[in-house]
Amino acid sequence: MRPRLVIIALLLFIQLAASSWAQNAPSASKKKKSLYAEIGKAPVKARARQNPFENDPEAIAAGGNLYAQHCAECHGSKAEGRKRGPSLLVSEVQRAEPGAIFWILTNGVVRRDMPVWSKLPEPQRWQLVSFLKSLRSPSPTPVEKSSP
Amino acid sequence: MSSNFILFLAGISLLICLAITPPKLQCQENPYIVTYDHYLEEPGNLEIEYFSTFGTQSAGNNFHAFWMEFEYGATAWWTTELYLDAQTTFGDSTVFTGVRWENRFRLLKYEHFINPVIYVEYEHKSAADKILKEVEGHDVELDFAESNAVLRKQHSNEIETKLILSSTYKGWNFSENTLAAKNLSNLPWEFGYALGFSRPLALKASAKRCSLCSQNFIAGAEMYGGLGDRYSFGLHDTSHYFAPVLAWNLPSDWSLRISSGFGLNDNSHRFVFRLGISREVSNFRSMVGKVLKGNQ
Repeated sequence: MRPRLVIIALLLFIQLAASSWAQNAPSASKKKKSLYAEIGKAPVKARARQNPFENDPEAIAAGGNLYAQHCAECHGSKAEGRKRGPSLLVSEVQRAEPGAIFWILTNGVVRRDMPVWSKLPEPQRWQLVSFLKSLRSPSPTPVEKSSP
Repeated sequence: MSSNFILFLAGISLLICLAITPPKLQCQENPYIVTYDHYLEEPGNLEIEYFSTFGTQSAGNNFHAFWMEFEYGATAWWTTELYLDAQTTFGDSTVFTGVRWENRFRLLKYEHFINPVIYVEYEHKSAADKILKEVEGHDVELDFAESNAVLRKQHSNEIETKLILSSTYKGWNFSENTLAAKNLSNLPWEFGYALGFSRPLALKASAKRCSLCSQNFIAGAEMYGGLGDRYSFGLHDTSHYFAPVLAWNLPSDWSLRISSGFGLNDNSHRFVFRLGISREVSNFRSMVGKVLKGNQ
């Protein structure tokens, strides 16, 4: 086995990785907008699905663990969004039906680098939906309480 | 020790270095070692894997074949991998046996009941290659009977293609791979197959972060073998294996895979034990970008 072949293969690998990296660098805001638009593409049947773990505190805790393991790296530890993944605290996500978020998790947005998460079993994807829905507008609550 | 073998030691050292870096992301690996499902590497991530295969040899010495695998998610629909293979035949020698460059392409935008993925691989390997990452054509146990000194002199360049079909239903994964490989030196197309099914031991995640929770274990089985070549398609003079498989996905970012394969006919190795360990480096693309751009 000639070492030069190993080097050629390594170079090819690096070259391809670099080219794909370059191809995948459209403007961040354009990418985020199109990602949110994907939620609207969820079929009616998918949107109508109910979360079997809705308001289940254990599911929210489990979903939090799953989020930390699989999602936080791209979307941020508080779902605030990062370069690789948009914020999940925005109204487009928080007002979306649980079924639509579940549909996005299942199908990903493959052309926009959001991977398919159907490798997580269905109950775990619903647990993730429970967690994401539990993040909605944490700041307005104390204001509402203090108002007469 | 071959100078090329140093590459493997470097790889293993890299794996050890990864062990002491803080965890960021848990991978969710299916337990298959030969069969592929339709899930690709997350874009921008690099997965570094080490696999061992211990095989029995009825006419000759038993062997330990091993390989390093660098799996990179170029996009959400394209994963590219580099393999470095070697083997030790007990009572004989340790030799570097080849390089593989593999690419998998997801064809469909959305999930369907059956999800197709196209696989294309280039292999430059010697006849001493014993990793049994796939079984094709008329591959039989007797092929490994010669000494390494003889086998390592025979080199081949091969293109291997696969159609990967995979479905996930109620936590179960069912994967079917059909293989067609062509040695580039005017030999006929060879065919093979791999089938697998698997399921996590628990479908719901626990509210506590734990290593031994049943949701972290995925069990299943795979079966693979050759289907002859263009001129003699079929099961005669082919070898076949059945292997129960288990994966343990640790929250600390590591995955372990174990497989005990059993030869199903007289042409097969009687027993093939496999062990794999992998670690995912998340955000590898950004890390490389920072180094190249000189950012903080």
